[in-house]
Amino acid sequence: MSELLQQIINGLALGSIYALIALGYTMVYGVLRFINFAHSDVLMLGAFAAFYLAPVLAPTLGAESIPLAFAVIVLSAAICACIGMLIEFLAYRPLRSRPRLTVLITAIGVSLFLEFAGQHEKVFGAATKPFPALLPNADAGFGALHISSNDLVVLVLTAVLLGVLWFIVQKTKLGMAMRAVSFNEQAAALMGVNVNRIISFTFGLGSALAAVAGIFYAMRAPGIEPLMGVQPGLRAFIAAVLGGIGNLPGAALGGLLLGVLETVFGGIPSVSNYRDGIAFAILILILLFRPAGLLGKTQIEKV
Amino acid sequence: MKRALFLSLVLTLIILAGCKQGGGSANEILVGEFASLTGKEATFGQSSHEGTVLAVEELNAAGGVLGKKINLVTEDNQSKPGESANAVNKLIAKDGAVAILGEVASSRSLEAAPICQKDGVPQISPSSTNPKVTETGDYIFRVCFIDPFQGTVMANFAKKTLKAQKIAIFTDVKSDYSKGLAKFFKEAFTAAGGQIVAELDFNGGDKDFKGQLTTIKGAGPEGVFVPGYYTDAALICIQAKEIGLNVPLFGGDGWESEKLTEIGKQAVEGTYFSTHYSPDAGGPKGKAFVDAYKKRYNGKLPDAMAALGYDSAMILADAIKRANGTEGAKIRDALAATKDYDAVTGKITINAKRDAEKSAVILQVKGGKFAYVETIAP
Amino acid sequence: MSGLFKDARFFLLLAIAAAIGVSLAAGSFNRYYLGIAIDVGINIILAVSLNLINGHTGQFSLGHAGFMAVGGYVAAKMTLLYGAALFLPALFVGGVVAALVGLAVGVPSLRLRGDYLAIVTLGFGEIIRVVFQTSEFFGAATGLTGISKLTSFAWAWGLAAVTVYVVACLVNSTYGRGFIAVHDDEIAASAMGINPVRYKVTAFVIGAFFAGIAGGLYAHHKAVISPSGFDFIKSIEIVVMVIMGGMGRTAGVILAAIILTILPELLRGVAEYRMIIYSLLIIGLMLTRPQGLFTISRKK
Repeated sequence: MSELLQQIINGLALGSIYALIALGYTMVYGVLRFINFAHSDVLMLGAFAAFYLAPVLAPTLGAESIPLAFAVIVLSAAICACIGMLIEFLAYRPLRSRPRLTVLITAIGVSLFLEFAGQHEKVFGAATKPFPALLPNADAGFGALHISSNDLVVLVLTAVLLGVLWFIVQKTKLGMAMRAVSFNEQAAALMGVNVNRIISFTFGLGSALAAVAGIFYAMRAPGIEPLMGVQPGLRAFIAAVLGGIGNLPGAALGGLLLGVLETVFGGIPSVSNYRDGIAFAILILILLFRPAGLLGKTQIEKV
Repeated sequence: MKRALFLSLVLTLIILAGCKQGGGSANEILVGEFASLTGKEATFGQSSHEGTVLAVEELNAAGGVLGKKINLVTEDNQSKPGESANAVNKLIAKDGAVAILGEVASSRSLEAAPICQKDGVPQISPSSTNPKVTETGDYIFRVCFIDPFQGTVMANFAKKTLKAQKIAIFTDVKSDYSKGLAKFFKEAFTAAGGQIVAELDFNGGDKDFKGQLTTIKGAGPEGVFVPGYYTDAALICIQAKEIGLNVPLFGGDGWESEKLTEIGKQAVEGTYFSTHYSPDAGGPKGKAFVDAYKKRYNGKLPDAMAALGYDSAMILADAIKRANGTEGAKIRDALAATKDYDAVTGKITINAKRDAEKSAVILQVKGGKFAYVETIAP
Repeated sequence: MSGLFKDARFFLLLAIAAAIGVSLAAGSFNRYYLGIAIDVGINIILAVSLNLINGHTGQFSLGHAGFMAVGGYVAAKMTLLYGAALFLPALFVGGVVAALVGLAVGVPSLRLRGDYLAIVTLGFGEIIRVVFQTSEFFGAATGLTGISKLTSFAWAWGLAAVTVYVVACLVNSTYGRGFIAVHDDEIAASAMGINPVRYKVTAFVIGAFFAGIAGGLYAHHKAVISPSGFDFIKSIEIVVMVIMGGMGRTAGVILAAIILTILPELLRGVAEYRMIIYSLLIIGLMLTRPQGLFTISRKK
């Protein structure tokens, strides 16, 4: 029993990261109706931004300290927000009026570009780099249950970020504009909403969350390399679909659920080698039986 | 559209008709190398390539082989299946390579081997450990030991030195190297009277292992065998400590890299692994290699792939010298006759199966460095 | 109508004859280029078969490599177990099993559109890969090795010609108009009495069949197949050929397959930039000419 509890704790920490990434996917899908394949690589960029920033800031702020962690996270998120907005402006905005499939393929192209350019020696190089410790890591468990302080930080910060996001989306004018655009773009434009700006903002926000997720991911597994975003990105996407794509609480729920399921199943000896496939099986089951996701609403197609 | 197909057929015919066998120039020896320089396993290919290049540069600086310089032509296979065949075809049929060096991964070596065998071009793999590679034919060699040997080495080590009765195995299910090593370890360990209490899998490249590690911990092992590569090994050690799994972790030669301690830091202290060489065990040649490598590559320390890449090139050169020529059959015979060659990774004798017979060394991580524990002879 | 068929059949036989001719003279050709040419033939089959699903019927499938894997593994296992003489039957069986998998993938995917379909097919492709990776019968992570090199130029290009012929005839027939109708407007099509379900599933099944054949040819060309060779990057490579050729234009897709197979080999000199160039090509193509490089306007 305590083993199961331990697995659930393990899974929640992993799931929080998936939730943060899934939110980005779902927000972009909400306003643009398209899946941003390059999202997973923004995660990677966030981790690398932190990698380069940490040693620069450590002398002034103190190595492995809260100010350092805070500064690195905020700065990396800001950098990635800009990168996300840049990608939207250069690669997706010109295709706004095109069929969805065209943009999807462009997104795949951007993703591949970020990954392979990153692998080039002059950029990041293909080798795994050791991620610096931003906070001192200690065992914060009790009794037979172990949880590292890093995992605890991830859980707490994710909850905080979810709360902030909820606040922005539900209680601010910007958030209302976002919801308007995702509901009906043309009507929103007619009501005076600057659609381009809202879309940019959405990308920026999603990318910032992805960057934070990337840093959290690197804190738990301190080896970063240009392809590191692929697997978590895919899982987070599945989480977004699981919760109902376009639905923010759904994405968060989906992320946590997927993290726990993956961890619990991964711990079962005969099933652990299928761990890759489990996430995809969940995806297919959801899309077959409840395509709108756990919290989504079914959409009726009008003729 | 049939027209289009037909036209393309004609085009292809024209291209093909114009091209025949290429060849190297008379006063150089063209050696082909294929490696995963980009893609998922780029780090291994790049390491092995760096070692090979260092060897070729040293040989050429000393006057070449049989008076001729070695021209190393390297082709990238992007870590992708299907590419190695094209790369090796190009090296042999277009460039006229007299020998092929490669590859690190057994699956990619196996892709190239039938081509080299059919063309009578000797192939030397630096670090493919799957027995099937050299079974392809008499032109295929390797300079590393094979999985059955290494698995037995670690099994005996676990039993005798670690004095463990119960071991858990954590295998990289995506890597045939890992699975092979796990299989032979299990056979040897159970044959010696030990018990495998848990067997779990992970996917190489994964970053979260806590699910599996928690189950392993629950099975109460006295040690965990992780026959994978250094990045995964380091992360596994870190996460094991985080969930309170405090028994010794150990692995095979895939662990050997400075990245193990760079990434693993405190968590890998006290872990063990088997490998091909150690500067302490290898004597002056090993040390000279490490110094030369550091000088050539900006202070980087070589890992096992780099050392083996170096050795594969050196042994080839030695065989060419002994064969006194570059015909495939002669090089093949010279390679097969290699006995007690003093390589960086130990004394190498090529046995009847064209595998390298050499000792393994066991190292332990102490103070962030690899400390020599013992040598196990075949 | 009959004139078209007479034309098509003549070219089919001519293409097959030429392919056999080249094969017989294979000894005098440089093996490196011959190998590439066979790769091209295989990729033509893959691109044209995907085109039926993506281009003509408008279903965005990102899991084509999965069908290729099924065909490849089944065919290879057959010749490994029962001998090289079974090459043609093995290819056929590989194709049939792949078609069955296509059926299994096509049926549940019916209700899904656009993005969702893409993701589900990607998921299926990955599941297929994971199944082969875990199956000891199929060699698990190592895959199957020591496969006899039975794919000659004749086989690859001959079967490519057959694939093109079948797909082209299918789409140009009265029955085949249904594919395009489903592509253009599914609801209108069903209002006209065309059963979109039947067409969508047929597209998947036939597309998968030929992808399976391509997989079998691939396995007997490279002598080694492993699960990592059939991942979604491979699927994307085939998709790029279809996009570049112009979805629905068979001639364009063939040309795109040829170019995209030869290009990486030509770019060996700048090997480290290969994938970077490739990804920029995708982006550039979408931004400037999303209808493909070789599209001529389709007759309405």
